[in-house]
Amino acid sequence: MTPRPAPRHHPDAALLMAHAAGTLPEAFSLVVATHVSLCDTCRVELAAHEETGGALLEMMAEGGSGRHEAAMDQDGVLEKVLERAQALPEAAPPAPPAPGTDLPEPLAAYVGGGMDAIPWRRVGGGIRQAVLETGPDASARLLYIPGGRAVPDHGHRGLELTLVLSGAFSDSEDRFGPGDLELATPELEHTPVAEPGAPCICLAATDAPLRFTGLLPRLAQRLMGI
Amino acid sequence: MQDASRDKSDKRTARDGAAAGGQPRSAPADWAALMARVARGDRAAFAEVFRHFAPRVKAYLVKSGAVPALAEDCMQDVMATVWRKAAQFDPARASLAAWIFTIARNRRIDLLRRERRPEAEDLAWGPQAAPEAAEALALQQDAARLARALSDLPEAQRQVIVQAYFGDLSHAQIAARTGLPLGTIKSRTKLALDRLRHAMGRE
Repeated sequence: MTPRPAPRHHPDAALLMAHAAGTLPEAFSLVVATHVSLCDTCRVELAAHEETGGALLEMMAEGGSGRHEAAMDQDGVLEKVLERAQALPEAAPPAPPAPGTDLPEPLAAYVGGGMDAIPWRRVGGGIRQAVLETGPDASARLLYIPGGRAVPDHGHRGLELTLVLSGAFSDSEDRFGPGDLELATPELEHTPVAEPGAPCICLAATDAPLRFTGLLPRLAQRLMGI
Repeated sequence: MQDASRDKSDKRTARDGAAAGGQPRSAPADWAALMARVARGDRAAFAEVFRHFAPRVKAYLVKSGAVPALAEDCMQDVMATVWRKAAQFDPARASLAAWIFTIARNRRIDLLRRERRPEAEDLAWGPQAAPEAAEALALQQDAARLARALSDLPEAQRQVIVQAYFGDLSHAQIAARTGLPLGTIKSRTKLALDRLRHAMGRE
């Protein structure tokens, strides 16, 4: 991928920690992992949170459900584990990123390719979206917003993460360019507007269904399940 | 491994379990050296790693909500992966505990939630740069300092972090369980993280 300026808007510490802990819904983890792929600052932060996980693992009392288990036949279990390891597929060294992929790796895995492979669907007003398949606790979608176009007004009942992949948008809070992640809580009623020029493509995840306030978008919501 | 050495290793493990967060189990370079042997197929070295981490991985899984039978099965998977992927462990990038934690975490997501785990793109490390011994040592020392800082946190703050990692609970759920208002949980988490950072920066 071509070098880009470092992102200016990052996930907060609680979000990175939850990603490290593995407690985020899959859709949110996808957004965080994609941001981290583009952000060396957060890569370091994430590694520190994973070290915290390691330190807590180290502090675990043995056995968990009872001391007597510490006296279990550990050598027997060890043998079983080694047998099991033989049955695992050969551990390949991590594959180098596929050349020419214009999406960060974690996202490319969900799309099944690069930007060209995104299965866009039109949802009106020149806006397109592609819903990605994730676990049920939150949903993730790619959004294509033509330059100068506003994403319809919407409020949220949950947490919404929006990561810019190309182009840029602005809302009442700030400007968000490639790699920037906006974290919107239920209190924020914001109206992102794509910058004039190139379309803004972003990855958005929410744990609540979007509520558009205009009539047409609401119809679209019912018809398209957005 | 002979009985004598196993006894010694068991005692050491038990003592560390009791003195949670006291002195780290061993000199920071130890695990790296052991894992280098494991990567070459040394079963005795793996047995040491196994005795220390297998009970902890299982306890982690039980604490995260797996019933004991599932936790045992999942733990065996995790430890089999540790054996199989030993060559991928890089002591310049993570402590062994953190590396094993991420394997256990991913297995837990896979098994308990049946979801995929999106991982950040790996950095291109250039043509197989040899791990720098000094870098590895620095990282392992940082990890040990972090563990000490964590155990020095006031109990209430440490519990918030413990629950965030092992409880599979959101802030809202932690608030419901502890009866603390959501704002308190958020500020406590922040306070705990700030203190950890502070401790890491100063020591």
